[in-house]
Amino acid sequence: MLDHLAYKAPEPKVIAGAKADWELVIGLEVHAQVASNAKLFSGASTTFGAEPNSNVAFVDAAMPGMLPVINEFCVAQAVRTGLGLKAQINLTSAFDRKNYFYPDLPQGYQISQLYHPIVGEGEIIVDMGPGVARRVRIERIHLEQDAGKSIHDMDPNMSFVDLNRTGVALMEIVSRPDIRGPEEAAAYVAKLRQILRYLGTCDGNMQNGNLRCDVNVSVCRPGAYERWQETGDFGHLGTRCEIKNMNSMRFIQQAIEYEARRQIAIVEDGGTVVQETRLYDPDKGETRSMRSKEEAHDYRYFPCPDLLPLEIEQAWVDDIAASMPELPDEKKARFVSDLGLSEYDAGVLTAEVENADFFEAVVAACGDGKLAANWVINELFGRLKKEGHEIGDSPVTPAQLGGIIALIKAGDISGKIAKDLFEIVWTEGGDPAAIVEARGMKQVTDLSAIEKAVDDIIAANPAQVEKAKANPKLAGWFTGQVIKASGGKANPAAVNEIVAKKLGL
Amino acid sequence: MSIDIDTARKVAHLARIAVAEEDLPALAGELSGILTFMEQLNEVNVDGVEPMTSVTPMRLKRRADVVTDGGYPEKILSNAPDAREGFFAVPKVVE
Repeated sequence: MLDHLAYKAPEPKVIAGAKADWELVIGLEVHAQVASNAKLFSGASTTFGAEPNSNVAFVDAAMPGMLPVINEFCVAQAVRTGLGLKAQINLTSAFDRKNYFYPDLPQGYQISQLYHPIVGEGEIIVDMGPGVARRVRIERIHLEQDAGKSIHDMDPNMSFVDLNRTGVALMEIVSRPDIRGPEEAAAYVAKLRQILRYLGTCDGNMQNGNLRCDVNVSVCRPGAYERWQETGDFGHLGTRCEIKNMNSMRFIQQAIEYEARRQIAIVEDGGTVVQETRLYDPDKGETRSMRSKEEAHDYRYFPCPDLLPLEIEQAWVDDIAASMPELPDEKKARFVSDLGLSEYDAGVLTAEVENADFFEAVVAACGDGKLAANWVINELFGRLKKEGHEIGDSPVTPAQLGGIIALIKAGDISGKIAKDLFEIVWTEGGDPAAIVEARGMKQVTDLSAIEKAVDDIIAANPAQVEKAKANPKLAGWFTGQVIKASGGKANPAAVNEIVAKKLGL
Repeated sequence: MSIDIDTARKVAHLARIAVAEEDLPALAGELSGILTFMEQLNEVNVDGVEPMTSVTPMRLKRRADVVTDGGYPEKILSNAPDAREGFFAVPKVVE
Protein backbone atom coordinates (compact mmCIF):
# COMPACT_ATOMS: atom_id res chain seq x y z
CA MET A 1 0.00 0.00 0.00
CA LEU A 2 2.93 2.34 0.63
CA ASP A 3 3.81 1.87 -2.98
CA HIS A 4 1.52 4.38 -4.59
CA LEU A 5 2.03 2.68 -7.94
CA ALA A 6 -0.25 -0.02 -6.57
CA TYR A 7 -3.02 2.56 -6.53
CA LYS A 8 -5.24 3.32 -9.45
CA ALA A 9 -5.81 7.02 -10.13
CA PRO A 10 -9.45 8.13 -9.86
CA GLU A 11 -11.33 9.28 -12.95
CA PRO A 12 -11.47 13.07 -13.26
CA LYS A 13 -14.86 14.62 -12.63
CA VAL A 14 -16.67 15.48 -15.86
CA ILE A 15 -19.32 18.21 -15.94
CA ALA A 16 -21.68 18.25 -18.89
CA GLY A 17 -22.11 21.82 -20.14
CA ALA A 18 -24.84 22.93 -22.52
CA LYS A 19 -22.60 22.19 -25.51
CA ALA A 20 -19.79 19.89 -24.39
CA ASP A 21 -18.18 17.95 -21.58
CA TRP A 22 -15.70 19.72 -19.32
CA GLU A 23 -13.07 18.65 -16.79
CA LEU A 24 -11.78 20.52 -13.76
CA VAL A 25 -8.22 21.40 -12.82
CA ILE A 26 -7.73 22.35 -9.18
CA GLY A 27 -4.79 23.46 -7.07
CA LEU A 28 -4.93 24.35 -3.38
CA GLU A 29 -3.07 26.67 -1.06
CA VAL A 30 -3.67 25.56 2.50
CA HIS A 31 -2.86 27.90 5.37
CA ALA A 32 -2.15 25.82 8.45
CA GLN A 33 -1.53 27.52 11.76
CA VAL A 34 1.66 26.16 13.31
CA ALA A 35 1.00 24.55 16.69
CA SER A 36 3.27 26.57 18.99
CA ASN A 37 3.09 28.47 22.27
CA ALA A 38 4.45 31.77 21.01
CA LYS A 39 4.20 33.67 17.73
CA LEU A 40 6.59 33.38 14.77
CA PHE A 41 8.57 36.53 15.53
CA SER A 42 7.46 37.61 19.02
CA GLY A 43 7.01 36.18 22.51
CA ALA A 44 3.24 36.80 22.57
CA SER A 45 0.90 33.86 23.15
CA THR A 46 -0.99 32.08 20.35
CA THR A 47 -3.90 31.02 22.58
CA PHE A 48 -7.26 31.23 20.83
CA GLY A 49 -10.12 33.19 22.33
CA ALA A 50 -8.15 35.54 24.61
CA GLU A 51 -9.40 39.07 25.41
CA PRO A 52 -8.94 41.31 22.35
CA ASN A 53 -5.44 42.69 21.84
CA SER A 54 -4.10 40.96 24.95
CA ASN A 55 -1.90 38.45 23.05
CA VAL A 56 -0.03 41.24 21.32
CA ALA A 57 3.61 42.27 21.72
CA PHE A 58 4.94 45.59 20.44
CA VAL A 59 6.55 43.68 17.55
CA ASP A 60 3.14 42.40 16.46
CA ALA A 61 1.63 45.87 16.71
CA ALA A 62 4.50 47.12 14.50
CA MET A 63 5.62 49.73 16.99
CA PRO A 64 8.59 51.69 15.59
CA GLY A 65 12.00 50.21 16.35
CA MET A 66 10.76 46.73 17.20
CA LEU A 67 12.59 43.86 15.51
CA PRO A 68 11.37 40.33 14.74
CA VAL A 69 13.23 37.38 16.33
CA ILE A 70 12.30 33.99 14.89
CA ASN A 71 10.76 31.23 17.02
CA GLU A 72 13.00 28.20 16.40
CA PHE A 73 10.24 25.74 17.27
CA CYS A 74 8.05 27.12 14.45
CA VAL A 75 10.94 26.42 12.07
CA ALA A 76 11.18 22.87 13.43
CA GLN A 77 7.44 22.42 12.93
CA ALA A 78 7.72 23.47 9.27
CA VAL A 79 10.63 21.06 8.77
CA ARG A 80 8.66 18.27 10.47
CA THR A 81 5.73 18.96 8.17
CA GLY A 82 8.02 18.89 5.15
CA LEU A 83 9.46 15.54 6.21
CA GLY A 84 5.92 14.23 6.73
CA LEU A 85 5.09 15.15 3.12
CA LYS A 86 8.30 13.48 1.89
CA ALA A 87 9.48 16.89 0.75
CA GLN A 88 12.82 18.46 0.17
CA ILE A 89 14.05 20.53 3.13
CA ASN A 90 15.94 23.68 2.16
CA LEU A 91 18.83 24.26 4.54
CA THR A 92 18.87 27.90 3.49
CA SER A 93 15.66 29.87 3.17
CA ALA A 94 14.88 33.56 3.47
CA PHE A 95 12.09 35.95 4.40
CA ASP A 96 10.49 38.55 2.19
CA ARG A 97 8.03 41.35 2.76
CA LYS A 98 4.68 41.18 1.01
CA ASN A 99 3.37 44.72 1.02
CA TYR A 100 -0.30 45.67 1.25
CA PHE A 101 -2.56 47.83 3.37
CA TYR A 102 -5.36 46.48 5.47
CA PRO A 103 -6.51 47.49 8.97
CA ASP A 104 -5.64 44.09 10.45
CA LEU A 105 -2.03 44.30 9.19
CA PRO A 106 -0.29 46.94 11.30
CA GLN A 107 3.15 46.45 9.69
CA GLY A 108 1.78 47.23 6.24
CA TYR A 109 3.48 44.04 5.08
CA GLN A 110 3.39 40.35 5.85
CA ILE A 111 6.70 38.60 6.43
CA SER A 112 6.62 35.56 4.13
CA GLN A 113 8.96 33.43 2.03
CA LEU A 114 8.38 34.06 -1.67
CA TYR A 115 11.77 33.45 -3.22
CA HIS A 116 13.36 30.87 -0.92
CA PRO A 117 10.79 28.73 0.95
CA ILE A 118 11.93 26.41 3.73
CA VAL A 119 10.33 23.32 2.15
CA GLY A 120 10.39 22.31 -1.51
CA GLU A 121 8.65 19.57 -3.48
CA GLY A 122 6.78 16.75 -1.77
CA GLU A 123 3.62 14.72 -2.22
CA ILE A 124 0.40 13.53 -0.61
CA ILE A 125 -1.39 10.31 -1.49
CA VAL A 126 -5.11 11.11 -1.34
CA ASP A 127 -7.23 8.01 -0.80
CA MET A 128 -10.44 7.98 -2.82
CA GLY A 129 -11.65 4.48 -1.90
CA PRO A 130 -10.07 1.02 -1.61
CA GLY A 131 -7.28 0.75 -4.17
CA VAL A 132 -7.96 4.18 -5.64
CA ALA A 133 -5.87 7.22 -4.78
CA ARG A 134 -4.64 10.47 -6.30
CA ARG A 135 -1.01 11.43 -5.93
CA VAL A 136 -0.98 15.19 -5.42
CA ARG A 137 2.37 16.89 -5.71
CA ILE A 138 3.30 19.59 -3.22
CA GLU A 139 5.11 22.52 -4.77
CA ARG A 140 6.37 24.19 -1.60
CA ILE A 141 5.71 25.06 2.03
CA HIS A 142 6.68 28.45 3.37
CA LEU A 143 6.49 30.10 6.76
CA GLU A 144 4.65 33.38 7.14
CA GLN A 145 2.80 35.60 9.59
CA ASP A 146 -0.93 35.48 10.04
CA ALA A 147 -2.91 38.74 9.98
CA GLY A 148 -5.24 40.07 12.68
CA LYS A 149 -8.97 39.72 12.73
CA SER A 150 -11.55 42.30 11.68
CA ILE A 151 -15.04 42.15 13.12
CA HIS A 152 -17.70 43.89 11.07
CA ASP A 153 -20.91 43.21 12.93
CA MET A 154 -20.39 45.04 16.21
CA ASP A 155 -21.11 48.53 14.87
CA PRO A 156 -22.97 49.78 11.79
CA ASN A 157 -20.24 52.22 10.74
CA MET A 158 -17.04 50.80 12.16
CA SER A 159 -14.94 47.66 11.88
CA PHE A 160 -13.27 46.41 15.04
CA VAL A 161 -9.74 45.02 14.87
CA ASP A 162 -8.18 42.44 17.17
CA LEU A 163 -4.44 41.81 16.70
CA ASN A 164 -4.27 38.62 18.80
CA ARG A 165 -3.75 36.50 15.68
CA THR A 166 -1.32 38.98 14.13
CA GLY A 167 2.08 37.36 13.75
CA VAL A 168 1.02 33.81 14.61
CA ALA A 169 3.04 31.38 12.45
CA LEU A 170 1.37 29.90 9.40
CA MET A 171 2.57 27.27 6.99
CA GLU A 172 1.31 27.88 3.49
CA ILE A 173 1.22 24.50 1.77
CA VAL A 174 0.92 24.85 -2.00
CA SER A 175 -0.17 21.96 -4.21
CA ARG A 176 0.37 21.48 -7.93
CA PRO A 177 -2.80 21.54 -10.06
CA ASP A 178 -3.13 17.76 -9.71
CA ILE A 179 -6.64 17.66 -8.22
CA ARG A 180 -9.45 16.78 -10.64
CA GLY A 181 -12.74 17.22 -8.81
CA PRO A 182 -14.53 18.76 -5.80
CA GLU A 183 -14.51 15.47 -3.84
CA GLU A 184 -10.78 15.06 -4.47
CA ALA A 185 -10.17 18.60 -3.22
CA ALA A 186 -12.02 17.90 0.03
CA ALA A 187 -10.25 14.54 0.39
CA TYR A 188 -6.92 16.27 -0.17
CA VAL A 189 -7.62 18.76 2.62
CA ALA A 190 -8.81 15.93 4.87
CA LYS A 191 -5.65 13.89 4.22
CA LEU A 192 -3.37 16.88 4.72
CA ARG A 193 -5.20 17.71 7.95
CA GLN A 194 -4.81 14.11 9.11
CA ILE A 195 -1.06 14.15 8.44
CA LEU A 196 -0.62 17.52 10.22
CA ARG A 197 -2.51 16.18 13.23
CA TYR A 198 -0.39 13.01 13.31
CA LEU A 199 2.72 15.19 13.15
CA GLY A 200 1.39 17.57 15.80
CA THR A 201 2.38 20.57 13.68
CA CYS A 202 -1.17 22.00 13.33
CA ASP A 203 -4.28 21.17 15.35
CA GLY A 204 -6.36 21.21 12.16
CA ASN A 205 -9.24 23.09 13.81
CA MET A 206 -11.06 24.47 10.76
CA GLN A 207 -13.82 26.10 12.76
CA ASN A 208 -11.34 28.40 14.50
CA GLY A 209 -9.67 29.10 11.16
CA ASN A 210 -6.49 27.22 12.12
CA LEU A 211 -6.71 25.42 8.78
CA ARG A 212 -8.16 27.28 5.81
CA CYS A 213 -7.58 27.23 2.11
CA ASP A 214 -7.58 29.10 -1.16
CA VAL A 215 -8.70 27.07 -4.16
CA ASN A 216 -7.58 27.67 -7.75
CA VAL A 217 -10.12 26.37 -10.24
CA SER A 218 -10.09 26.23 -14.02
CA VAL A 219 -11.97 24.15 -16.60
CA CYS A 220 -10.75 22.47 -19.78
CA ARG A 221 -11.99 20.05 -22.43
CA PRO A 222 -11.21 16.33 -21.96
CA GLY A 223 -7.68 15.61 -23.20
CA ALA A 224 -6.35 19.12 -22.58
CA TYR A 225 -5.05 18.22 -19.12
CA GLU A 226 -3.04 15.32 -20.52
CA ARG A 227 -1.55 17.65 -23.16
CA TRP A 228 -0.52 20.03 -20.37
CA GLN A 229 1.07 17.10 -18.50
CA GLU A 230 3.08 16.13 -21.59
CA THR A 231 4.19 19.62 -22.60
CA GLY A 232 4.07 21.67 -19.39
CA ASP A 233 2.34 24.35 -21.47
CA PHE A 234 -0.35 26.04 -19.35
CA GLY A 235 -1.90 27.29 -22.61
CA HIS A 236 -3.70 23.95 -22.79
CA LEU A 237 -5.55 24.71 -19.56
CA GLY A 238 -8.28 27.27 -18.91
CA THR A 239 -7.87 30.56 -17.07
CA ARG A 240 -8.08 30.01 -13.34
CA CYS A 241 -9.88 31.87 -10.61
CA GLU A 242 -8.85 31.79 -6.99
CA ILE A 243 -11.53 31.32 -4.34
CA LYS A 244 -10.25 32.72 -1.09
CA ASN A 245 -10.29 31.66 2.49
CA MET A 246 -12.55 28.65 2.98
CA ASN A 247 -12.63 26.71 6.23
CA SER A 248 -15.15 23.93 5.64
CA MET A 249 -14.90 20.78 3.55
CA ARG A 250 -18.49 21.19 2.45
CA PHE A 251 -18.00 24.80 1.30
CA ILE A 252 -14.82 23.84 -0.57
CA GLN A 253 -16.79 21.31 -2.62
CA GLN A 254 -19.77 23.59 -3.18
CA ALA A 255 -17.58 26.53 -4.18
CA ILE A 256 -15.59 24.46 -6.70
CA GLU A 257 -18.76 23.01 -8.20
CA TYR A 258 -20.36 26.45 -8.54
CA GLU A 259 -17.20 28.09 -9.87
CA ALA A 260 -16.63 25.38 -12.49
CA ARG A 261 -20.20 25.74 -13.77
CA ARG A 262 -19.87 29.53 -13.83
CA GLN A 263 -16.70 29.29 -15.95
CA ILE A 264 -18.22 26.69 -18.28
CA ALA A 265 -21.24 28.94 -18.87
CA ILE A 266 -18.97 31.89 -19.70
CA VAL A 267 -16.83 29.92 -22.15
CA GLU A 268 -19.79 28.20 -23.84
CA ASP A 269 -21.38 31.61 -24.26
CA GLY A 270 -18.33 32.72 -26.25
CA GLY A 271 -16.87 34.77 -23.40
CA THR A 272 -13.52 34.55 -21.64
CA VAL A 273 -12.85 33.84 -17.98
CA VAL A 274 -11.06 36.70 -16.25
CA GLN A 275 -8.30 35.66 -13.85
CA GLU A 276 -9.39 37.08 -10.52
CA THR A 277 -9.85 36.50 -6.81
CA ARG A 278 -13.32 35.43 -5.74
CA LEU A 279 -15.14 34.85 -2.49
CA TYR A 280 -17.60 32.04 -1.77
CA ASP A 281 -20.86 33.08 -0.15
CA PRO A 282 -22.24 29.98 1.59
CA ASP A 283 -25.65 31.59 2.18
CA LYS A 284 -26.22 32.24 -1.52
CA GLY A 285 -24.17 29.24 -2.67
CA GLU A 286 -22.21 31.31 -5.19
CA THR A 287 -18.82 32.90 -5.71
CA ARG A 288 -18.37 36.59 -6.38
CA SER A 289 -15.51 38.80 -7.44
CA MET A 290 -13.38 40.52 -4.78
CA ARG A 291 -12.64 43.61 -6.83
CA SER A 292 -10.75 45.31 -4.02
CA LYS A 293 -8.13 42.57 -4.17
CA GLU A 294 -7.20 43.24 -7.78
CA GLU A 295 -4.90 46.19 -7.34
CA ALA A 296 -3.61 44.86 -4.05
CA HIS A 297 -2.07 42.01 -6.06
CA ASP A 298 0.89 44.31 -6.67
CA TYR A 299 2.63 43.19 -3.49
CA ARG A 300 6.09 44.61 -4.30
CA TYR A 301 7.90 41.74 -2.58
CA PHE A 302 11.45 42.37 -1.43
CA PRO A 303 13.82 40.59 0.99
CA CYS A 304 13.03 41.51 4.60
CA PRO A 305 15.94 43.66 5.78
CA ASP A 306 15.20 42.81 9.43
CA LEU A 307 15.99 39.13 9.05
CA LEU A 308 19.12 37.29 7.98
CA PRO A 309 18.65 34.19 5.82
CA LEU A 310 17.43 31.21 7.83
CA GLU A 311 20.20 28.62 7.83
CA ILE A 312 19.64 25.24 9.42
CA GLU A 313 21.97 22.28 9.75
CA GLN A 314 21.41 18.85 8.21
CA ALA A 315 22.12 17.26 11.62
CA TRP A 316 19.25 19.27 13.12
CA VAL A 317 16.94 18.12 10.33
CA ASP A 318 18.13 14.54 10.92
CA ASP A 319 17.23 14.83 14.61
CA ILE A 320 13.71 15.88 13.66
CA ALA A 321 13.52 13.04 11.13
CA ALA A 322 14.54 10.57 13.85
CA SER A 323 11.63 11.67 16.04
CA MET A 324 8.94 11.37 13.36
CA PRO A 325 5.81 9.44 14.35
CA GLU A 326 4.36 6.68 12.21
CA LEU A 327 2.21 8.43 9.60
CA PRO A 328 -1.32 7.47 8.50
CA ASP A 329 -0.33 5.66 5.27
CA GLU A 330 2.26 3.54 7.07
CA LYS A 331 -0.01 2.83 10.02
CA LYS A 332 -2.86 1.82 7.73
CA ALA A 333 -0.57 -0.44 5.69
CA ARG A 334 0.69 -2.07 8.89
CA PHE A 335 -2.85 -2.67 10.19
CA VAL A 336 -3.70 -4.41 6.91
CA SER A 337 -0.53 -6.48 6.57
CA ASP A 338 0.26 -7.31 10.21
CA LEU A 339 -3.19 -7.45 11.79
CA GLY A 340 -5.16 -8.69 8.80
CA LEU A 341 -7.66 -5.81 8.80
CA SER A 342 -9.58 -4.76 5.71
CA GLU A 343 -8.39 -1.55 4.06
CA TYR A 344 -11.69 0.04 5.03
CA ASP A 345 -11.40 -0.86 8.73
CA ALA A 346 -7.75 0.20 8.78
CA GLY A 347 -8.81 3.52 7.26
CA VAL A 348 -11.47 4.08 9.91
CA LEU A 349 -9.09 3.22 12.75
CA THR A 350 -6.27 5.44 11.49
CA ALA A 351 -8.42 8.48 10.64
CA GLU A 352 -7.52 10.06 13.97
CA VAL A 353 -4.27 9.26 15.70
CA GLU A 354 -6.05 9.04 19.11
CA ASN A 355 -8.33 6.32 17.73
CA ALA A 356 -5.38 4.39 16.31
CA ASP A 357 -3.54 4.60 19.63
CA PHE A 358 -6.59 3.35 21.52
CA PHE A 359 -7.05 0.49 19.08
CA GLU A 360 -3.41 -0.56 19.36
CA ALA A 361 -3.67 -0.58 23.14
CA VAL A 362 -6.71 -2.86 22.86
CA VAL A 363 -4.79 -5.19 20.54
CA ALA A 364 -1.91 -5.25 23.00
CA ALA A 365 -4.33 -6.28 25.76
CA CYS A 366 -6.17 -9.02 23.84
CA GLY A 367 -3.79 -10.15 21.11
CA ASP A 368 -6.41 -10.23 18.34
CA GLY A 369 -6.40 -7.45 15.75
CA LYS A 370 -9.55 -8.41 13.87
CA LEU A 371 -11.70 -8.90 16.98
CA ALA A 372 -10.30 -5.70 18.45
CA ALA A 373 -11.14 -3.83 15.21
CA ASN A 374 -14.73 -5.10 15.29
CA TRP A 375 -15.22 -4.14 18.89
CA VAL A 376 -13.57 -0.74 18.65
CA ILE A 377 -15.38 0.25 15.45
CA ASN A 378 -18.82 -1.23 16.11
CA GLU A 379 -19.30 -1.25 19.86
CA LEU A 380 -16.99 1.45 21.17
CA PHE A 381 -17.23 4.08 18.38
CA GLY A 382 -20.98 3.49 18.10
CA ARG A 383 -21.47 3.99 21.80
CA LEU A 384 -19.14 7.00 22.00
CA LYS A 385 -20.99 8.65 19.14
CA LYS A 386 -24.36 7.95 20.70
CA GLU A 387 -23.31 9.54 23.97
CA GLY A 388 -21.41 12.40 22.32
CA HIS A 389 -18.07 11.40 23.89
CA GLU A 390 -14.59 11.87 22.43
CA ILE A 391 -12.31 8.85 22.49
CA GLY A 392 -10.30 10.55 25.23
CA ASP A 393 -13.40 10.53 27.49
CA SER A 394 -14.24 6.88 26.88
CA PRO A 395 -15.47 5.30 30.14
CA VAL A 396 -14.07 1.97 28.90
CA THR A 397 -10.28 1.87 28.85
CA PRO A 398 -8.27 -0.04 26.23
CA ALA A 399 -7.22 -2.50 28.96
CA GLN A 400 -10.87 -3.16 29.88
CA LEU A 401 -11.99 -3.60 26.29
CA GLY A 402 -8.96 -5.81 25.63
CA GLY A 403 -9.97 -7.83 28.73
CA ILE A 404 -13.50 -8.36 27.39
CA ILE A 405 -12.16 -9.52 24.03
CA ALA A 406 -9.65 -11.82 25.73
CA LEU A 407 -12.56 -13.50 27.56
CA ILE A 408 -14.34 -14.11 24.24
CA LYS A 409 -11.16 -15.52 22.74
CA ALA A 410 -10.62 -17.84 25.68
CA GLY A 411 -14.17 -19.18 25.25
CA ASP A 412 -15.15 -17.92 28.70
CA ILE A 413 -18.02 -15.78 27.40
CA SER A 414 -20.04 -15.68 24.20
CA GLY A 415 -20.22 -12.64 21.93
CA LYS A 416 -23.71 -11.93 23.25
CA ILE A 417 -22.68 -12.03 26.89
CA ALA A 418 -19.68 -9.88 25.95
CA LYS A 419 -22.08 -7.12 24.91
CA ASP A 420 -23.77 -7.29 28.30
CA LEU A 421 -20.35 -7.23 29.93
CA PHE A 422 -19.37 -4.19 27.81
CA GLU A 423 -22.50 -2.46 29.09
CA ILE A 424 -21.59 -3.22 32.71
CA VAL A 425 -18.00 -2.04 32.27
CA TRP A 426 -19.24 1.11 30.47
CA THR A 427 -21.64 2.09 33.27
CA GLU A 428 -20.01 0.62 36.37
CA GLY A 429 -16.35 0.11 35.47
CA GLY A 430 -14.31 -2.73 36.94
CA ASP A 431 -12.17 -5.61 35.75
CA PRO A 432 -14.02 -7.66 33.11
CA ALA A 433 -12.66 -11.04 34.26
CA ALA A 434 -13.60 -10.32 37.88
CA ILE A 435 -17.12 -9.22 36.86
CA VAL A 436 -17.65 -12.41 34.84
CA GLU A 437 -16.51 -14.49 37.80
CA ALA A 438 -18.54 -12.61 40.39
CA ARG A 439 -21.77 -12.54 38.42
CA GLY A 440 -21.64 -16.04 37.05
CA MET A 441 -21.53 -14.94 33.43
CA LYS A 442 -19.14 -17.66 32.35
CA GLN A 443 -20.16 -19.63 29.32
CA VAL A 444 -21.28 -23.20 29.96
CA THR A 445 -18.88 -25.47 28.13
CA ASP A 446 -19.70 -28.46 30.28
CA LEU A 447 -20.91 -30.83 27.56
CA SER A 448 -23.07 -33.03 29.78
CA ALA A 449 -25.01 -30.00 31.02
CA ILE A 450 -25.56 -28.81 27.45
CA GLU A 451 -26.54 -32.30 26.35
CA LYS A 452 -29.19 -32.46 29.04
CA ALA A 453 -30.59 -29.07 28.02
CA VAL A 454 -30.74 -30.21 24.38
CA ASP A 455 -32.51 -33.41 25.36
CA ASP A 456 -35.07 -31.44 27.36
CA ILE A 457 -35.89 -29.10 24.48
CA ILE A 458 -36.13 -31.96 21.97
CA ALA A 459 -38.41 -33.96 24.27
CA ALA A 460 -40.69 -30.96 24.79
CA ASN A 461 -41.05 -30.10 21.08
CA PRO A 462 -41.72 -33.22 18.98
CA ALA A 463 -43.40 -31.21 16.18
CA GLN A 464 -40.34 -28.99 15.77
CA VAL A 465 -38.15 -32.11 15.65
CA GLU A 466 -40.07 -33.45 12.65
CA LYS A 467 -39.80 -30.11 10.86
CA ALA A 468 -36.08 -29.85 11.51
CA LYS A 469 -35.47 -33.34 10.23
CA ALA A 470 -37.22 -32.37 6.99
CA ASN A 471 -35.43 -29.05 6.81
CA PRO A 472 -32.03 -29.02 8.63
CA LYS A 473 -31.91 -25.21 8.50
CA LEU A 474 -34.53 -25.19 11.25
CA ALA A 475 -32.05 -26.80 13.68
CA GLY A 476 -31.02 -23.27 14.60
CA TRP A 477 -34.30 -22.94 16.46
CA PHE A 478 -33.15 -25.62 18.94
CA THR A 479 -29.79 -23.97 19.38
CA GLY A 480 -31.55 -20.72 20.14
CA GLN A 481 -33.85 -22.35 22.67
CA VAL A 482 -30.98 -24.06 24.46
CA ILE A 483 -28.96 -20.86 24.69
CA LYS A 484 -32.03 -19.02 25.92
CA ALA A 485 -32.67 -21.65 28.56
CA SER A 486 -29.07 -21.30 29.75
CA GLY A 487 -29.44 -17.54 30.14
CA GLY A 488 -27.13 -16.99 27.21
CA LYS A 489 -24.30 -18.81 28.85
CA ALA A 490 -24.21 -21.97 26.75
CA ASN A 491 -21.42 -22.01 24.20
CA PRO A 492 -23.17 -21.66 20.81
CA ALA A 493 -20.65 -23.77 18.90
CA ALA A 494 -20.99 -26.64 21.37
CA VAL A 495 -24.79 -26.39 21.36
CA ASN A 496 -24.90 -26.43 17.56
CA GLU A 497 -22.82 -29.55 17.41
CA ILE A 498 -24.87 -31.41 20.01
CA VAL A 499 -28.21 -30.34 18.47
CA ALA A 500 -27.07 -31.64 15.06
CA LYS A 501 -25.94 -34.92 16.58
CA LYS A 502 -29.14 -35.48 18.59
CA LEU A 503 -31.38 -34.69 15.65
CA GLY A 504 -29.31 -37.00 13.49
CA LEU A 505 -28.56 -34.30 10.91
CA MET B 1 15.08 52.54 -16.24
CA SER B 2 12.80 55.51 -16.18
CA ILE B 3 9.63 56.06 -14.17
CA ASP B 4 6.80 57.77 -16.04
CA ILE B 5 4.06 59.82 -14.46
CA ASP B 6 1.55 56.96 -14.46
CA THR B 7 3.97 54.69 -12.65
CA ALA B 8 4.73 57.42 -10.12
CA ARG B 9 1.01 57.87 -9.50
CA LYS B 10 0.54 54.12 -9.04
CA VAL B 11 3.49 53.76 -6.69
CA ALA B 12 2.22 56.67 -4.60
CA HIS B 13 -1.22 55.08 -4.39
CA LEU B 14 0.17 51.66 -3.47
CA ALA B 15 2.17 53.31 -0.68
CA ARG B 16 -0.93 55.31 0.36
CA ILE B 17 0.97 58.60 -0.05
CA ALA B 18 -1.14 61.51 -1.27
CA VAL B 19 0.75 63.22 -4.10
CA ALA B 20 -0.80 66.18 -5.89
CA GLU B 21 -1.10 65.74 -9.67
CA GLU B 22 1.20 68.71 -10.34
CA ASP B 23 3.94 67.17 -8.18
CA LEU B 24 4.00 63.89 -10.13
CA PRO B 25 6.34 64.95 -12.98
CA ALA B 26 9.03 66.10 -10.55
CA LEU B 27 8.59 62.96 -8.45
CA ALA B 28 8.82 60.72 -11.52
CA GLY B 29 12.02 62.51 -12.51
CA GLU B 30 13.57 62.03 -9.07
CA LEU B 31 12.65 58.35 -8.93
CA SER B 32 14.13 57.84 -12.40
CA GLY B 33 17.32 59.56 -11.25
CA ILE B 34 17.62 57.25 -8.24
CA LEU B 35 17.10 54.15 -10.37
CA THR B 36 19.61 55.31 -12.99
CA PHE B 37 22.16 55.91 -10.24
CA MET B 38 21.56 52.41 -8.83
CA GLU B 39 21.86 50.91 -12.28
CA GLN B 40 25.61 51.51 -12.15
CA LEU B 41 25.71 48.38 -9.98
CA ASN B 42 24.73 46.35 -13.04
CA GLU B 43 28.17 47.05 -14.47
CA VAL B 44 29.78 44.82 -11.83
CA ASN B 45 30.07 41.15 -12.76
CA VAL B 46 28.71 39.16 -9.82
CA ASP B 47 28.55 35.74 -11.47
CA GLY B 48 29.06 33.07 -8.82
CA VAL B 49 29.15 35.57 -5.94
CA GLU B 50 26.90 34.72 -3.01
CA PRO B 51 24.74 37.65 -1.92
CA MET B 52 26.24 39.26 1.19
CA THR B 53 23.58 39.60 3.84
CA SER B 54 25.71 40.86 6.70
CA VAL B 55 29.10 42.54 7.13
CA THR B 56 29.92 40.33 10.09
CA PRO B 57 29.53 36.57 10.05
CA MET B 58 26.25 36.26 11.91
CA ARG B 59 23.59 33.62 12.21
CA LEU B 60 19.91 34.53 12.36
CA LYS B 61 19.08 34.98 16.03
CA ARG B 62 16.44 32.58 17.34
CA ARG B 63 14.08 32.57 20.29
CA ALA B 64 12.67 29.64 22.26
CA ASP B 65 8.95 28.82 21.98
CA VAL B 66 8.06 30.44 25.29
CA VAL B 67 5.44 33.11 25.97
CA THR B 68 7.41 36.09 27.26
CA ASP B 69 5.42 39.04 25.97
CA GLY B 70 1.94 40.50 25.55
CA GLY B 71 -0.74 41.01 28.18
CA TYR B 72 -0.85 44.80 27.89
CA PRO B 73 -3.80 45.63 25.61
CA GLU B 74 -4.07 49.14 27.08
CA LYS B 75 -0.54 49.93 25.91
CA ILE B 76 -1.20 48.43 22.47
CA LEU B 77 -4.29 50.61 22.11
CA SER B 78 -2.86 53.75 23.72
CA ASN B 79 -1.97 55.42 20.39
CA ALA B 80 -5.08 54.30 18.54
CA PRO B 81 -7.18 57.19 17.15
CA ASP B 82 -10.24 55.23 18.22
CA ALA B 83 -10.59 52.14 20.37
CA ARG B 84 -13.69 50.50 21.78
CA GLU B 85 -14.16 47.53 24.05
CA GLY B 86 -10.56 46.49 23.66
CA PHE B 87 -10.57 46.69 19.85
CA PHE B 88 -9.09 49.15 17.40
CA ALA B 89 -12.09 50.87 15.82
CA VAL B 90 -11.62 51.78 12.16
CA PRO B 91 -13.92 52.99 9.38
CA LYS B 92 -15.98 50.07 8.07
CA VAL B 93 -13.98 47.77 5.79
CA VAL B 94 -16.14 44.98 4.53
CA GLU B 95 -15.73 42.82 1.46
